[in-house]
Order: sequence, then structure tokens, then C-alpha cells
Amino acid sequence: MEAKLIDAIIPAAASGIFDLLALEPPGWGGNLLRGLLSSVQIALGAYGVGLLIGIGGAYGKLYGGPVVRDLLGLYTTVVRAVPELVLILMLYFAGTDLVNRVLIAFGHQPVDINGLVAGIGVLGIVQGAYSTEVLRGAILSIPQGQIEAARAYGMPPGLLLRRITLPAMLPFAIPGLANLWLIATKDTALLAIVGFNELTQTTRLAAGATKAYFTFFLAAGALYLALTLFSNVIIARVERWARRGTPQLSETR
Amino acid sequence: MSHGGTVSLSQPSSAQGAAEAIHVENLHKKFGELHVLKGVSLSARDGDVIAIIGGSGSGKSTLLRCINCLENPTSGIIRVNGEEIRLKADSHGNTQPADRRQIERIRSRLGMVFQSFNLWSHMTLLQNVIEVPVHVLGVKKEQAVAEAEKLLARVGLAEKRDVYPAFLSGGQQQRAAIARALAIQPRVMLFDEPTSALDPELVGEVLKVIGDLAREGRTMVLVTHEMKFAREVATHVVYLYNGVVEEEGPPAALFGSPKSDRLKQFLRNVG
Repeated sequence: MEAKLIDAIIPAAASGIFDLLALEPPGWGGNLLRGLLSSVQIALGAYGVGLLIGIGGAYGKLYGGPVVRDLLGLYTTVVRAVPELVLILMLYFAGTDLVNRVLIAFGHQPVDINGLVAGIGVLGIVQGAYSTEVLRGAILSIPQGQIEAARAYGMPPGLLLRRITLPAMLPFAIPGLANLWLIATKDTALLAIVGFNELTQTTRLAAGATKAYFTFFLAAGALYLALTLFSNVIIARVERWARRGTPQLSETR
Repeated sequence: MSHGGTVSLSQPSSAQGAAEAIHVENLHKKFGELHVLKGVSLSARDGDVIAIIGGSGSGKSTLLRCINCLENPTSGIIRVNGEEIRLKADSHGNTQPADRRQIERIRSRLGMVFQSFNLWSHMTLLQNVIEVPVHVLGVKKEQAVAEAEKLLARVGLAEKRDVYPAFLSGGQQQRAAIARALAIQPRVMLFDEPTSALDPELVGEVLKVIGDLAREGRTMVLVTHEMKFAREVATHVVYLYNGVVEEEGPPAALFGSPKSDRLKQFLRNVG
């Protein structure tokens, strides 16, 4: 039964699959890997931008004045309310348009904004809104006495953030941050809509050119899966390190 | 002290003539409508061990926490090592330190020990002890580590230096917290009910460490429920009731022949 199904969906010329996926042209394998690399670059960049926004946003929401808190509340609400696809279209086209209008207004030549940079910027803004909430929750989970002890020993705010708050909140933030990383890797696919050559767009091109839709989308799926599995290994290590001061559940029972 | 407060200044019995390490004068603290401290004065000279006792809600922890501005006093004067903490009113009518750097400098010489230990959970005991010397006071790391190892040995935790706090008993954590406080070479040590969160069988090991420190002449202000201990180690005892100093004096007098009815009642209840 199963074998029949596979026979039905994979063309008889199975060797053709390997030709299609070959790394050298006319095979498309090399393009797919380059697409994957672009996706990883965007995901890493957007995740990093998101984390920076998230740290600032969480701090602003927790310790900022009323105006800062309201503005950040507006940011996280709007970004989390609007579908990411809409945001990407909006920020990508409106954002690049805005940058160029500003440049022209100040007497500069308009520039062609690099797709990679735009992609990182757009997804970074989306990631930042979610990171803000993850990190805010994690900072609130730190036993307040640890922050108080740092203050009682005369730590200035910057040192306190770097030495105490960020490392102490990490165990509480890791599950949420790990989710955000996996979401970041997959959100890169949304950039296909604006024509950026990441993995999904490359796959579409390859499939369209060869009509081997199933083969290429299966290959792309496998690449996304491989990226996730690899990420999980890294995340597990980071989590073990972040939780070094926390007994395992079994030890506290 | 030209501007005398409404309540009596304490007269430490043991160390007349020594320099004044902590001076609190006519301190008020309100939490909204709640008036917790109503004009408290306190003085600790070098070598004094001041025990602050009182029922729950008497304001004794608040008083201690005002000394290093973990709580900002509503009004009053606080001098640490002769330096007056400058306070300013904020937009909500509360006060806060006028100069962040001043308060950080003062705090970095006050060794605070908390009821709930408050060790940094992502650091080993050794890292906890060297953290403030290295990153706040600018001590060289090797020197701080050498000093920290001595201090951990002193509180009986030499072999636990690379263990994270969550893997230790409350008594061990509190002894490590005392080592952390000692590592900054504090002018004064502040203890905020250091044994209240401990299981009864662990109280003794922590009191022993604090008692040794008191006997070697360290200046300390101690908020405690351990009356027997306060009587043994304190040079001066302050009994707070409802935000005012109800009675104070040398421990023998205060515990032996209390004058205030409230103190008599309190000692009957706790003893």
C-alpha cells in the first residue's frame, strides 16, 4: 500500500531526481543551498535585531516612563496583531519608499535597498515585538531579591543588566526564545513574496522551471527540517548552560 | 547634631569616642498612607553591634533598608561614614537619592545580608563572592579569588566554591551570603533577619558565624528575632514599636529590666 503510494507520487525515473538536485547546473541543488544560506543569514540577522529590540523593549516596558511604556505597548500590540505577511509587504515596500523619500528630501540620491538588509530589518521588527514580551516575562520571573542584592551592593544599572538581569532571566527566556528562533527561520519564507531569493523563492523558481514541483518542495521541506534539527541541538546546549544554576526537576522533588 | 529630633538619640555603651559609622536622625517613612517609621534615630559607632528588635510591622526591616536606600526615606537624615545621603523629592512626592553615584559608592561599603539570602543563582559561590569586588570595586580578579577562598573557608564552605547556590541548604547559602558581604570589606554589615527563613536546625550554624564577626569587633546593625542571640552579641539594643523607638539601651538593661510595658509584653511573647 505504502509502496504503491510512493510509486504513484515519485516518477518512474527516480534517477532524474538526483539530476534535478545535483549541485552543479543544470541541477538546482546548488541554488537551493544558496537559498538556504540566505534564509539562515536573514533568520540570524532578524533574530539578533529582534533580541536587541527585545532587551530594550522589555527594559522600557518594565522600567520606562509612561510615554515610553505606551509607545512600546503600541508597538508590540500592532506588530503582534497584524499578519506577518501584511507587515512584510507594508514594511518592505513602504519602508524602502520612506527611506528613499527621506534621502531625496535631504538632497541625496535614492538608493536601491539591499534585499538582505531589508529582510533582516522587516523580520527583525516583527521578532522584536515578540522578544520584548518573552524577555519582559523572563525578567519578571527573576527572584526580585537577586536584583535587590545587586542594588544593595552598589551596582550601577548597566552593570546590573549585564551581570545579573540578563544571565538570571535566561533560564526563563530560553523556551520562548527557542520558539522565536524557529519561527524566524520559517518566517524567512515570507520574503519570497517580495521576490527575495531565499530558500522558498529559489524552490519556486526551480519547480517552475522544471515542473518537478513535488521534488523541489520536498527537498526544501527537508532542508527546513534539517535546519530545525540542527537548531534543536544548539538550543539544548544553550539551555543546559543557561540552567546551570537550576536543579533539575527530578532533583527538587 | 544641632538639630535634635523628637526622639532620643541612641547612646552606644561600648564605643564612646569611636567614629560614627552610621547616623540616622528623625527618619520618617511612609508607604502611601501607611506611616511605617515615625521619627527614628539611630547611631552606630565603629565596633558597635546594634540589634533592632520589635514585632512584625514595627518598621525594623524598613529602618535597616533605609540605611542603604533600598527604601527611600520620606524625610530625615542618614549619614554613612560621615557622608550625608543627599535625597531629592520626585514628581510623586516621594524621595529618592539625588546622586546615583553617591548612593552606589555608599552601598558598595555596606555589606547587606538578606533574610532570603539573595545569592545570584547563575553564579557559583566563588563567583558570587568575587562579583562585587571585581566588577564594582575594581579589585584584580586573582586577588579577589584568593580573598574569596579565605572567606569561604572561614564560613566553612571552602569545598563548595564551585557549587551553584540552588544546590545548597539554606544555612550554607546564608553563610555564603555572609562571605559575599565580607568580601567588600564593609565598613558596616547590615543583617536583615538573617535566620528567619532558615529551618530551625540550620539557625545555629549561621548565628555562630555572625557571633564570631561580632566578637571580633565588626560594626553591624542586626534586625533579628533571636532574642537570646541579640542579648549575647549586641552592644546596644533598640526596641521598635509601631514606627518609634520605644526603648533602647545595653542588652543587659533592656532584657534584664525593661521599663516599657510594651517591651515587657513583647519579651514575654517571644521568650
